[in-house]
Amino acid sequence: MSTQAAPAEFHPRWFRKRVSTWWWLGEWHYLKFILRELSSIAVAWFVVLTLFQLRALLHGAEAYARFTLRLQSPLMIALNAIAFCFVLFHTITWFNLAPRAMPVRMGGKRVPEFLVAAPNYALWVVVSVFVGWLLLRTP
Amino acid sequence: MADKIVLEIARYEPDRDQIPRFQSFEVPFRKEWVVLDALNYIKDKVDGTLTYRWSCRMGICGSCGMMVNGEPKLTCATFLSAYGRDAKVRVEPLRYFPVVRDLVTALSDFLVKLQKVKPWLIRHDEIPLAAGEYLQTPEQLDLYKQFSMCINCTLCYAACPVVGLDQDFVGPAALALAQRYNLDNRDQGSEERLGTLAHHDGIWGCTFVGECTRVCPKHVDPAGAIQQYKLKAALDWVKSFVLPRGHEDHREDRRKEAA
Repeated sequence: MSTQAAPAEFHPRWFRKRVSTWWWLGEWHYLKFILRELSSIAVAWFVVLTLFQLRALLHGAEAYARFTLRLQSPLMIALNAIAFCFVLFHTITWFNLAPRAMPVRMGGKRVPEFLVAAPNYALWVVVSVFVGWLLLRTP
Repeated sequence: MADKIVLEIARYEPDRDQIPRFQSFEVPFRKEWVVLDALNYIKDKVDGTLTYRWSCRMGICGSCGMMVNGEPKLTCATFLSAYGRDAKVRVEPLRYFPVVRDLVTALSDFLVKLQKVKPWLIRHDEIPLAAGEYLQTPEQLDLYKQFSMCINCTLCYAACPVVGLDQDFVGPAALALAQRYNLDNRDQGSEERLGTLAHHDGIWGCTFVGECTRVCPKHVDPAGAIQQYKLKAALDWVKSFVLPRGHEDHREDRRKEAA
């Protein structure tokens, strides 16, 4: 589908500015969007890390100890801290998207956006607390 | 001496300029003046060759959209006082559109795209006049009313980087208007629009930057309209696997009619 218009008889020449490769650097709103898109890399990073963790677990206690030792290197800690911030950003922007894509109606009226987003956040907190309890409880 | 404010205005004369240049004008600073008032002052008193579009002066006609200090704005609704007395206000034609002259952009692209989504009521079976008007409940109106507030000012196109990067992208306003008719219970054309909308130049071209919604002077929320349609298109696609013979859109049209 091509919809590109061209100059016509009565305006023989137009000026069309080429969009710079760095269009997203000039404005905070655009930069935020690009950071949000990049956050998917951090999500993928944690998925890969979890797969490696499972593999180490399958290979026995010694392999798992090696894996956790590797995670303790300053580079890995820095990398994971950055990735964690990106995942948080990813989650928040995703939850905020939900009410935009799903206009929930009750009694003929649209439910306020925050009420659609709130259950997502509530579930997030509940799951996080549960996982935290699972990891931190003393055996 | 009365307060003054400086307007830096993009000028482009196709016969003379290779690229647009900026020209500064000093205009009186009045707190009740909007940017459009300042442009009219320049045109009347300083330089009659300054070219721009405007008409209603009250945010209805949608023709005075320009970039003001880098933001897409209706100049009839943007007060000079928002920028302060000593500020410089930079006025440019709407971004991503070809410039015809000074602050006037070519809208041909947009009009072609708008027509492509068929933003009108499509009926397959016309009810005879004697049967009376098509009735609609307030709830049915409420489903699409927000998307019907669009005034085609194209500020959302100037805010959308996808429009700038992909000239074939149908764009926020046209997609929101398509959704406006899809959600109207009197309309039966959602299937006809599907080919244009559920396309990589249609809704799938949108990366949800969300700027269209932020700059919309009529609170239309084109980004919301597009995401809602994405969800619907994705669910329809899933349904076509689960219910191969029962998912067609015309069923929905019939349902809408029965409601």
